[in-house]
Amino acid sequence: MKYIIKRIIFFLITAWAAVTINFILPRLMPGNPAEVMIAKFQGRLNPQAINALEIAFGINTKQNIFFQYIDYLGRMLTGNFGISVSFYPTTVAQVLSQAIPWTLGLAGISTVLAFTFGTLIGIGASWRRTSVSSGVIVPLSFFLNAMPYFWFALVVEYIFAFILGWFPLGGAYSSSSNLAGLPLIGSILYHAFLPGLTIVVTALGGWMLTMRNNMISVLSDDYITFAFAQGLPDKTVEYQYAARNAILPSFTGFAMAIGFVISGVLLTEIIFSYPGVGYLLYQAVLNIDYPLMQAIFLFITIAVLVANFIADIVYVFLDPRARSGGE
Amino acid sequence: MNYVKLFFSNRKSAVGVIIFLMFIAMAIFAPYIAPYSPTYMGFTALEGPSIKHLLGTTAVGQDIFSQVIWGSRMSLMVGIITGAIATTLSVIVGLTSGYVGGLTDDILMTITNIFLVIPGLPLIIIISAFIVVKGMWTIIFVISITGWAWGARTLRSQVLTLKDRDYVKASVVVGEKSSHIIFSDIFPNMMSLIVANFFGASVYAVLSEAGLEFLGLGNSSAVSWGTILYWAQNNQALLFGLWEWAAVPGLLIALLGMSFALMNFAVDEITNPRLRKR
Repeated sequence: MKYIIKRIIFFLITAWAAVTINFILPRLMPGNPAEVMIAKFQGRLNPQAINALEIAFGINTKQNIFFQYIDYLGRMLTGNFGISVSFYPTTVAQVLSQAIPWTLGLAGISTVLAFTFGTLIGIGASWRRTSVSSGVIVPLSFFLNAMPYFWFALVVEYIFAFILGWFPLGGAYSSSSNLAGLPLIGSILYHAFLPGLTIVVTALGGWMLTMRNNMISVLSDDYITFAFAQGLPDKTVEYQYAARNAILPSFTGFAMAIGFVISGVLLTEIIFSYPGVGYLLYQAVLNIDYPLMQAIFLFITIAVLVANFIADIVYVFLDPRARSGGE
Repeated sequence: MNYVKLFFSNRKSAVGVIIFLMFIAMAIFAPYIAPYSPTYMGFTALEGPSIKHLLGTTAVGQDIFSQVIWGSRMSLMVGIITGAIATTLSVIVGLTSGYVGGLTDDILMTITNIFLVIPGLPLIIIISAFIVVKGMWTIIFVISITGWAWGARTLRSQVLTLKDRDYVKASVVVGEKSSHIIFSDIFPNMMSLIVANFFGASVYAVLSEAGLEFLGLGNSSAVSWGTILYWAQNNQALLFGLWEWAAVPGLLIALLGMSFALMNFAVDEITNPRLRKR
């Protein structure tokens, strides 16, 4: 229980830090950049909207910074992110809520697949360390790890969508016909295949290397030697003895890894014009839409925190040491 | 000298070092290797590869091969400088946190964990979007302040184990000054970890730089692999069948990143005998 409470406190502190970064950044920059944005959209927004933006970014306001901050925290807590200047007059919350399901679906499924396959391949690579498979897999995963995500997405799109024409070039579903029910689901899966493949392949390497290295460390432990000496079947030692312990650092390292996966998802969405949060962030950057950018940043951070929190809970179930209070 | 020998005896690090040296040579001798100026715009636009233009030309008639050669300078500089700055930050935070302990440790580690959890790319994007001055130093600054956290945490745990060793305890009993214990007893034993950390931070920097420039958050008139990719994508190079335009810079980024990663892994293998091949 103590462990869970600790994690919840950390969760809250981090969420607060993300909100505060959003608050401080525009105010920290010389010549508040939000002013440039407001000037650019001057003719297109109504005075009320401009006023709201000025308050949000601390321009032309007599309120002191402390009260501005309290105000800001209050608005974030109630989910009031203001209006999006590039999608005016739609609110940021509305724009974001249309993009979120696509990203959650794509990122969620790909992450689970990458984690599962990466871990399994890692176990295999450590078990048959001298064999050819491990000699090929390890250098390959280095290359995959060092490859720019967006570039790999470009290559995949070029080969499978442009040259071979097996999959669509972009988008999330076929817009030509009014699909519903099963055909719609089919179309969605068909469009998600290439972006998903990109994410799984690029994220796999990291999990694989971590698992392989953990396994190698664990395999030289005495209790593994003892398990062999007892004459237990190889499969039992591999999965129930070694892998069970070796997987623990993969869960504690989840925070770091999920960040990379998210970065990959954002860039992949941009390449495939996939209507998720990453593509939206790209549009916000192109249009200098600061309110939208900030809300997306906050959303992604919270999403990562939730994913981490789930990993922490799973960890508590896997590792009795976490349950008894230690770390 | 022994270290250099050890570095080349490991196949992974040897390959990594050779690739890395090739890029260094490419960057230093760029004016001699590149046939044209990377910014000269007088050639026929959007041409495919030919003997005159090995990788074709851009939409405004620049020679892509020359750009790729010159672009190595930016990627290397950003990788090495950012790696060094981020590693320095990690060392300062990690050493202080581990050595001083107590409340300082708690505060520094909470900050470190926050930076670890907040996803890097979105943070980098949002910071760069607010910085109006675009350029190499902006990119180096942004990546450095977001890329130190992992190193700080690993270095701290190393300090904690070293602090418990007998020879460090002996120094404390003898009454050595803190500065002596930190710099003469602890620091030398962390060198391999610091070096590995530097390579890791450099990979992160090279990839983040390319991503930022690709999104148009760098200085798009500078010549670097990231901006070449940015222009290739903006002019739909792939749809025009000019795949070399996008393929080559991306491949070079991956190779440079891989060389850093190989050297990183090799340092790991050299210092951790368990990982060495039997």
